[in-house]
Amino acid sequence: MTSNRGEDRPRRNYLRPLDFRHGRIDMNHGGGGRVSTQLIDELFVPAFDNDWLNCGNDAAVLDLHLPEGHRLAMATDAHVISPLEFPGGDIGSLAVHGTINDVVMLGAAPCHLSASFIIEEGFALADLKRIVTSMAAASRQAAVPIVAGDTKVVERGKGDGLFISTTGIGVVPAGRRISGSGARPGDAILLSGTIGDHGVAIMATRESLTFDTTVESDSAALHTLVAELLDALPEGAVRTLRDPTRGGLASTLNEIARQSGIGMQLDETAIPIKTQVAAACELLGLDPLYVANEGKCVIICAADQADRAIAILQAHTLGREAARIGTVTDDPHGFVQMKTGFGGARIVDWMAGEPLPRIC
Amino acid sequence: MKFIDEFRDGTLAARIAARLAAEVETGRDYRFMEFCGGHTHAIARYGITDLLPTQVRMIHGPGCPVCVLPIGRIDQAIRLALTRDVMLCTYGDVMRVPASDGLSLQRAKGRGADIRMVYSAADALELARLHPERDVVFLAIGFETTTPPTALVVRQASLEGLGNFSVLCNHVLTPSAIAHILHSPDADLAGEQTASIDGFIGPAHVSIVIGYAPYEAFAHDYRKPVVIAGFEPLDVMQSILMLVRQVNQGRFEVENEFTRAVSRHGNQAAQAIIDEVLERRATFEWRGLGDVPHSALQIREPYAAFDAEKKYALDFSSVADHRQCDCGAILRGVKQPTDCRLFATVCTPENPMGSCMVSSEGACAAHYSYGRFRDIPVVSTPEPASTPATATTPAQTA
Ligand code: SF4
Repeated sequence: MTSNRGEDRPRRNYLRPLDFRHGRIDMNHGGGGRVSTQLIDELFVPAFDNDWLNCGNDAAVLDLHLPEGHRLAMATDAHVISPLEFPGGDIGSLAVHGTINDVVMLGAAPCHLSASFIIEEGFALADLKRIVTSMAAASRQAAVPIVAGDTKVVERGKGDGLFISTTGIGVVPAGRRISGSGARPGDAILLSGTIGDHGVAIMATRESLTFDTTVESDSAALHTLVAELLDALPEGAVRTLRDPTRGGLASTLNEIARQSGIGMQLDETAIPIKTQVAAACELLGLDPLYVANEGKCVIICAADQADRAIAILQAHTLGREAARIGTVTDDPHGFVQMKTGFGGARIVDWMAGEPLPRIC
Repeated sequence: MKFIDEFRDGTLAARIAARLAAEVETGRDYRFMEFCGGHTHAIARYGITDLLPTQVRMIHGPGCPVCVLPIGRIDQAIRLALTRDVMLCTYGDVMRVPASDGLSLQRAKGRGADIRMVYSAADALELARLHPERDVVFLAIGFETTTPPTALVVRQASLEGLGNFSVLCNHVLTPSAIAHILHSPDADLAGEQTASIDGFIGPAHVSIVIGYAPYEAFAHDYRKPVVIAGFEPLDVMQSILMLVRQVNQGRFEVENEFTRAVSRHGNQAAQAIIDEVLERRATFEWRGLGDVPHSALQIREPYAAFDAEKKYALDFSSVADHRQCDCGAILRGVKQPTDCRLFATVCTPENPMGSCMVSSEGACAAHYSYGRFRDIPVVSTPEPASTPATATTPAQTA
């Protein structure tokens, strides 16, 4: 894949460089004038550093020579999160991982990202720089460049510090059909790792919570894990891929059940969870099945390929704890049911509203 | 999940289930009320009813703090937040409870009221310290479990002279509610009687505070066994077995299954602070139970400056529940969620019509979220589809 990598962006010399130690964002940084160009030149371009951005144009020109039958997948995701930085990541790395994963869940190989930033007036340049640097590192590590972007500044009080919205595209090979509607009765339901890590890491960081935990967000780009799986299994064996982000595993499974018109039977004892995450959820009165993940993937695959799939996942650093957690059923009511570790049965329902802690 | 400690062990559960099956007497029904929402939730979440003999029926009680709070009390808080420009703090569960005019605290927040979710009373006090320019009100609700922290923050605010802090106190008392349920065939609540009950699973966390002595009087007076139980599923199983044994032997004692946390007299330091700051109200309206004498607490006169009801001269007016909502009957144990015509049709956790559908401890929400598959016929487990599904065929959506 080539690009029309162009002439270098003209380097301007500004009278005074931006003060990344004590400076703050003001309305001018989004005004489109010299000050906003300076922010782009001194922060975003060097951080993301690629030929597309270096050109200094308003859009990136991508030369995608897609072989016959290959298609493009595109996804977009707005990221609003408080706190902006948390154990295991920040809004920047999350914005890269989240959008890459959305593209990957359709079986695509992610190739480019764009990013737009909505920054609140008064936001510290030091914080912005740290987050942008982390975002650049995430994109470099995933080898998916951020090729276009935009910055806007909103008045103080009209934003929550920083919002980042990213869009990604990826290439789906000919003949690959992976979709939320692909699950069929008898298929195996696999999960690539432990649940609840991201949500618990976030809640632990929020000021009003005072429990100590060492849980880190699982924020990660899943494209290499998924590529290894899809390359090794016969085409068609993997029916559905989905990352259980907001709403947690429970909501994702219900989405798939509805899209595919099937039900599910889960085994609670098979669902991997870290002890600290389970303990923190217990303390907060939260069900970990509803807590967000940012580096996990649900895989629905043909039952006879499940063992192989698990072996492949477990061989990858991001899939060490992968497990088969259940089976697709032909329940006409589309219930996701679960055999509890205690020996009873329950539904795993959609999440209703925000996950709120219980009182008692 | 891999986090299964000794209180969630499926093998032990199966052993108790076998003992239960052996000990229940044929031709006899056992109707037990679990008073607490915590138990209701555990029963639904772990599927405990699947492990019980058919003669044993669990009836959900009114021990869900959010469920018993009457609409009028939430209206009070909403009015305060919308018209008096206070920062209103409360527990997350309370936010979604439906109140008058299609409002809830959450919706009032959407209309610009400053409503904050806190995890503890201390968090609310901290907000008052951080925002001396704002009037901060803590909407305090719950049974004896959450009462000591409320009493503590009132005393602390008084010590610090935090004039911008006050508490809207809606704490209620467990023993009065249980006695009321047992008593109410005469009380004739809205023409319905309470369910006949053979025994109670007593509260876990509440009893840590008050001990188990307070249940002794009514166990004796009404000849009903009570077993105090922890919130873990094995606690619940074990306590049901203990209740069955009491019924079989014609005993009506207060027994303590939750010995790892509950003593006869409870936490006396906590009781002392409650007693110093709070006193019994003459009467208090409960959703479902109506006015129950001496069943709730208010702030004592010396701390009146921190009593939001006095500070803002709030009066309480009783508001009837949605006409078709059966929460009242459900909270008294007379009806089950599926008896309500709105259940799972109009009323769902996303759009609750009554309070029992809000908290996961509410009987309707617990049944909706965990157990409603039981209301419909069971389906078969299918044959697995083979691998080489042609990749290009769109999946069938049966
Ligand atoms: S289903 Fe809804 S309306 Fe019916 S009793 Fe329960 S909470 Fe009330």
